[in-house]
Amino acid sequence: MNVAGWAQIVLFLVILTALTPLFGAYMARVYGGEPIVLDRVLGPVERGFYRLLGTRAEAEQDWRGYARAVLFFSAASLAALYLILRTQSIHPLNPLNLSSGPWDLSFNTAASFVTNTNWQYYGGETTMTNFTQMAGLAVQNFASAGVGIAVLIAVVRGFARRDGSAIGNFWYDLTRTILYVLLPVCIIGSLFLVSQGVVQSFSGPDTFKTVAGGTQTLFLGPVASQEIIKELGTNGGGFYNVNASMPFENSTTFTNFVLMLSILAIPAGLTATFGRMVGSRRQGWAIYVAMTVLFVAGVAVIYAAESHSTAAMHAAGLVGGNMEGKEQRFGIGSSSLFAAVTTVASCGAVNAAMESLTALGGAIPLANISLGEVVFGGVGSGLYGMLLFVLLAVFLAGLMVGRTPEYLGKKIEAREIKLVVLGTIGVPLLVLVVTAVAVATSYGKASIFNAGPQGFTESLYAYTSQANNNGSAFAGYTGFLQPNGNNAGSLTVTFSQLLGGVSMLLGRFLPMLVALAVAGALVGKRVTPAGLGTMRTDTPVFVVLLVGTILLVALLTFVPALLLGPIVQSMTNQLF
Amino acid sequence: MRKDIRSAVVAIVVMTIVLGLLYPLAITGIGQVAFPNAADGSPVKVDGKVVGSKLIGQDFSTGPNAKRYFQSRPSVTGYAPNATFFNNRGPNQATLAVQQRRFVLDYLQREQPYDPDLKASDVPSDAATTSASGVDPQISLANARIQAARVAKVRGLPIDRVRALIDENTDGRFAGVLGDPGVNVLELNLALDAETRR
Repeated sequence: MNVAGWAQIVLFLVILTALTPLFGAYMARVYGGEPIVLDRVLGPVERGFYRLLGTRAEAEQDWRGYARAVLFFSAASLAALYLILRTQSIHPLNPLNLSSGPWDLSFNTAASFVTNTNWQYYGGETTMTNFTQMAGLAVQNFASAGVGIAVLIAVVRGFARRDGSAIGNFWYDLTRTILYVLLPVCIIGSLFLVSQGVVQSFSGPDTFKTVAGGTQTLFLGPVASQEIIKELGTNGGGFYNVNASMPFENSTTFTNFVLMLSILAIPAGLTATFGRMVGSRRQGWAIYVAMTVLFVAGVAVIYAAESHSTAAMHAAGLVGGNMEGKEQRFGIGSSSLFAAVTTVASCGAVNAAMESLTALGGAIPLANISLGEVVFGGVGSGLYGMLLFVLLAVFLAGLMVGRTPEYLGKKIEAREIKLVVLGTIGVPLLVLVVTAVAVATSYGKASIFNAGPQGFTESLYAYTSQANNNGSAFAGYTGFLQPNGNNAGSLTVTFSQLLGGVSMLLGRFLPMLVALAVAGALVGKRVTPAGLGTMRTDTPVFVVLLVGTILLVALLTFVPALLLGPIVQSMTNQLF
Repeated sequence: MRKDIRSAVVAIVVMTIVLGLLYPLAITGIGQVAFPNAADGSPVKVDGKVVGSKLIGQDFSTGPNAKRYFQSRPSVTGYAPNATFFNNRGPNQATLAVQQRRFVLDYLQREQPYDPDLKASDVPSDAATTSASGVDPQISLANARIQAARVAKVRGLPIDRVRALIDENTDGRFAGVLGDPGVNVLELNLALDAETRR
């Protein structure tokens, strides 16, 4: 640990906190339909797109109609991506002559990118053509992020509006997200990345003689344009197998810092958008503070843990911090911060090998994901997940003081609470069941690479990450038998791919539908003015209550599992 | 229902064309014009021939001249930038301990003849651990300073000159706080070659 490392963490928090109200206010204008600068250029494009879709901006839907549009769009996305993956051998921009994907890998990958997970059972540069990366994977990086944000905005309308049943028009929210939020940032961001050395080229691959007389082959591609949306949309799927540790994806500590900010910019900014839309910015800040508290606690533990050596290093006679699986330019400080950022957000991009983290350092990313990706979380999905926890906290407080719980003046009744419980414990239950299946069957066990507790952690991490739509991995899991275009895979691989693919779909759409249903139940409710007995939800007391509720529900579910894996390893120098 | 299906299909087709083709092609066009060298992987040329990329580490440990060069960090991929993967051995794995022990012994074997006091506990962490990308272009300053003794002796250069070249090829922390300082091994070795040739 050093001063620069801590200073970098503080600097990151300061900039993120400063960006939050700015970005939040801009997004509130975008979804409120207020005039923005880009209107002049993009307005005609936007209106033309609505005409093509056969919709009108002001044709609003109730929650069922909204959910139906979301599901049809996601189904079309899934089908389109699956088709591209299965036929990539006949597409252009395939310099390595890669063959098409096998059905199981293509299903897992399509589910992965449509659900904003970006779990990768393949190595990008050796499996995917440039055409697939651009027209298949990167398109879903935009689309799945757009869906998440659109749904969140609809859910917030459920809290903000006072009558009727309409919560917005999905096509309007999706289009404006992509045109006014994602695309402008991506254009500027990708050009910045190129200027710093992130590649963007269709030439090559070039093989040459190295200085010492060996050979090396540089594989280039449209990386920068995909790298920026991969972080901004909390997607996380790397162009290269080693993701953002690859210098061609993340060349300097400066690009690294900008990428970390772009991961959290939208999830953080949306808390401010929420505050503005419900008419009380303090409500947004309360949620931002609760998220930040949990985030900072995790960063501190990872940084401290990684500054120590591992059991293997002890045995090898090595001293110093754990540089295994880390890049020199990022060092321990930037690698630790990135590991925390990418797992509180459901991004899953990595700039260091997660499996090589110290035992305790690796426990934090796993715990972050276990919280249900509500601490910032995925773009949109993080905040609607968090709002379910807010309702749960309000309900628990209501039970304690014996009053009907209300939030933002709306009474929270039996229907909402039933939905909230389904939405908050559904995914943790899914994770535990699926992990149990994976570690108790021979098909699942064959995917494990590391021995001892680490092998269990690999499995738990794999399904926690997929079901919560994170996408980072303890990459030894199936990493040693990674399928590629020329390897149709064994039954073992098929098993893990199907189990993971189904987990990602359930983990994405169950909480999403629950959140929309809650919005549908709340939208028409009258607002009662706050009285003396009303519990305020914009105070430090409520922040503590909210943090406590999240830890209680999400983390406690996983403490026994965490004990069996990373915690037991952190307490011993035993080698396995 | 039918209308939703139609909208969904049209949306994904339009998005594939605009976001999947026009956007990356436009960025490629602008990037290639504005930052041609960076967009093409920052190639490094010697006598007009590409010998590497500034951003990609390479192997200096084989061949007759290995001792004349600073050595990159260990790599599980053989420094392949076109088929990357992680080491993926956990913190308590016996196989990792064996691997790291071998890296320590290799390092000592190479450097001890030129630095007799060097012990295992002096070996910098980055010198005996695999990098994430397998093509880490940098090593730590501590690592470079230890190797300097060997390189100076073998090349017959004054140690101060080698140290000065290390400093010239070190990227500091960005803005004073971001990341860790690192020495670019390829650029340092090329600078040494240029120095010795002169």
